[in-house]
Amino acid sequence: MLLIECPHCGPRAEIEFRCGGEAHIARPADPSALDDNAWAEFLFYRSSPKGVHAERWNHAHGCQRWFNALRDTMSDRILATYPAGAARPNITTIEAAR
Amino acid sequence: MLENRSIMRREGILDQVAMPAEPSSVALRTLPPEARFVLRLGAGDATRNGSIAGLSLALPINRFGADASRLATRLGPDEWLLIGPDADAETMHADAARALAGTHHALVDISHRNVGMELSGRAAAVILNAGCPLDLGDRQFPPGSATRTLLGKAEVVLFRLADVPDRLGVAVPHYRIECWRSFARYVHGYLAGAAAEYAAVRN
Ligand SMILES: [Zn+2]
Repeated sequence: MLLIECPHCGPRAEIEFRCGGEAHIARPADPSALDDNAWAEFLFYRSSPKGVHAERWNHAHGCQRWFNALRDTMSDRILATYPAGAARPNITTIEAAR
Repeated sequence: MLENRSIMRREGILDQVAMPAEPSSVALRTLPPEARFVLRLGAGDATRNGSIAGLSLALPINRFGADASRLATRLGPDEWLLIGPDADAETMHADAARALAGTHHALVDISHRNVGMELSGRAAAVILNAGCPLDLGDRQFPPGSATRTLLGKAEVVLFRLADVPDRLGVAVPHYRIECWRSFARYVHGYLAGAAAEYAAVRN
C-alpha cells in the first residue's frame, strides 16, 4: 500500500486519492490574446518526465482538498507534498529527498 | 425546506435489513434518523464564531467534539459535519444560520442523505480494516478522531467514539459509521459479513 502524505490529514492510503495531472500550469491572464497554438499548448500539452514530476492530487475520500506532490515517475515514490499555491520544493533527485 | 421536513416520513433504509446473529466479539447497530448539516466556512471565520448551534468549531482537522446529544466534526480545513437529534433539526439550522448571518458560508441539510450505524467490540477495528485502509491503532486513531475514508467501495465518515464496556465490563473500541443512504445496505452488509467471517475464523 502506497502512503501519501496529505498536508491536512497526514499519511493516508493511495486509494483515498485521485491524481489531477501536472501542477503549476498557470492559466494565461488574457486568453483572447493567444493564438490557437499557444492556447492548445496551455490546454493540452503536458510534460512527461522520466524522474521528478510535480502533480496535483486530491484527497478525494478524505478532506477532499487539492494539494501538490513531487513524484518520481520511475520509482512511483512521492518525494514531497505541499499545499496548492505553494512554490515547488527544490527537489530534483531521489537522493535529495532522502 | 421546513414544509418538506414535516411532510416527508423518515423511513430508515436499514429498517427492513435482517440483523445478523450477534457474534460476541462485535456489536453492529443501526442508528435512528438524525439531523445532519454540512457547514462550509473559512477557517478564520470559524475561529471568530467559536461555537455554532451549541457546538465548538475550534477543532483540529479530523477530530470531533460532542456534548450529550450533538456532535461537530471537522472534516477538512473549511468543512464541518454537524449531527444532532432528529427533533433538533430546525433549531440547529436556525441557530447556525443566525450565528453565521453576514458571514460567507454554506449550510446544507443532509439529514436524509446519510445513514448512521455503530460498531463496537474488541474486534471492531479488525472488522473495519476488512475494508478500510486507515491505521485504526490507538496512536493514529484515538477516541475523538473522525474522518472521511473508504469502506470497501463506499465512502464513509468514520468516528472513534469513547470506548464502551463490553458484557464482561472490559473497555472496547466504539465506532460510528456514516454513509450515504444509497450505500447503507452495502456498508451494513459489508460489516456484518466481515463480522461473521471473523467469528467463523475465531471459533
Ligand atoms: Zn486530506
